[in-house]
Amino acid sequence: MEISNVTKEYMARLFSEGKRFDGRGLFDLRDIEISLDVSNKAEGSARVKIGKTEVIVGVKLGIDTPYPDSPDKGNLMCTGELLPLASPKFESGPPGFRAIELGRLIDRAIRESGMVDLSKLVIKEGEKVWVIYVDIYPINDDGNLIDAASIGAVIALKNAKMPALDENNIIDYSSRKGSLPLSKETFPIAFSFYKLGDAIILDPTREEEEACETRITFGISKWNKHYMINSCQKAGEKILTKEELAKIMEILPKKFDEVNEKLKKLI
Amino acid sequence: MTIKRPDGRKPNELRKMVAKVGIIPNADGSALFAFGDTIAIAAVYGPRKLHPQHMQDPATSVLRCNYDLLSFSVEDRKKPGPSRRSSEISKVAGWALEPVIDLEAFPNTVIDVQIYILQADAGTRTAGINAASMALAHAGIPMKDLVCSLAVGKLDKDFVVDLTKEEEDFEEGEGATDFALAKLANSDEFSLLQLDGKIRPNEVTEILVLASEACREIYEVQKKALKEAVVQQ
Repeated sequence: MEISNVTKEYMARLFSEGKRFDGRGLFDLRDIEISLDVSNKAEGSARVKIGKTEVIVGVKLGIDTPYPDSPDKGNLMCTGELLPLASPKFESGPPGFRAIELGRLIDRAIRESGMVDLSKLVIKEGEKVWVIYVDIYPINDDGNLIDAASIGAVIALKNAKMPALDENNIIDYSSRKGSLPLSKETFPIAFSFYKLGDAIILDPTREEEEACETRITFGISKWNKHYMINSCQKAGEKILTKEELAKIMEILPKKFDEVNEKLKKLI
Repeated sequence: MTIKRPDGRKPNELRKMVAKVGIIPNADGSALFAFGDTIAIAAVYGPRKLHPQHMQDPATSVLRCNYDLLSFSVEDRKKPGPSRRSSEISKVAGWALEPVIDLEAFPNTVIDVQIYILQADAGTRTAGINAASMALAHAGIPMKDLVCSLAVGKLDKDFVVDLTKEEEDFEEGEGATDFALAKLANSDEFSLLQLDGKIRPNEVTEILVLASEACREIYEVQKKALKEAVVQQ
């Protein structure tokens, strides 16, 4: 069902007064819950709930040939699939734009942050490398899937164990040991800011998300003790002003710290 | 330490720009835009009736944007047909252009924007958006402004505009950063923001200013090409 104009107008008016339907402030996040080891066949997996939004992320490892432009690096592949299970809006069939974008946004945030040391995933240079598959499945979409998926992806990667290789370089999934080659300090979290009228909010419910006209997603991490934006993508047919972007830049590092603290307590 | 750009440009210096309007006679509007060795062409068809009918919107026209590389525009041949990358760029290019177009003037119609890259040396989406913006104006579609687009990047710690492929692959120090931006020519409103790399939150404003200054030059080139097309007719 499309959101009605009346609801949208009322919501815009509330936002301009700094209020929301569920009583949160404009930049308040819903509660986050996390559980690990969703599937024991996965090398690592995590379930993330933000409010009623639920996402499961699983990590599998495989072996493949390296990309021609990076013979000395392993591969990272992030894929999102919007299962019809998770929302009356999702349909089966080939991936639509939202599913493609979800995978690509998480891919870029992780890749550019340097969280995964791909150079340590080479089995035989130019011939055989490990591939890390990060697969994202929303289970219930109540808005803000991208941010939830980014948390899930990072935690599933941290949770993952390397499978063993036998003497013929075939994967032995039955024995796993050691973590993936990950940075100890650096990991990204995605924050998507949504705009309706002149108001900007974080962590929208599905209803709020549908009402908003513009979104901008940032992947942010800490690298050598500095906050670093690693990825950014604007979506939607409206603009963002220089002042709005400056305001977002003030909030972004604070929210990163806030979520980071929460995650430390949850795991 | 400042890193020298391989082609000797100053940090805020764009590559040589070429802009031409009216390159595809069949189209309602068309244009070519080049940043150095990156060449983009764009055609606009419409507003025309949208089919199938159930996709029509009685309140507004629909902007449909398609971006792709020609198979031989890159070193390793690109498999023809859409990819995940090209469908993402198609979408963000459409979003970059939409804020300036008066879509509500043409209910039930579609405006098709086709962007193709003939030769790629980084900055293809930004060159494509510049070409498409001119093609829309050339098609006579009511617009409140032109859209100007470019990438700002980083060589270690220094910001530079309009990266080449060689610069985009720069890996020393803090590595490569590619920040593609589009803004409305006559206001501080941004319609495309797409970034890969490493940028500190407190550097964003500085980058927006750098981009705005460069966009002014792009705007002049676009305007000149559009005026020439009018004189020819």
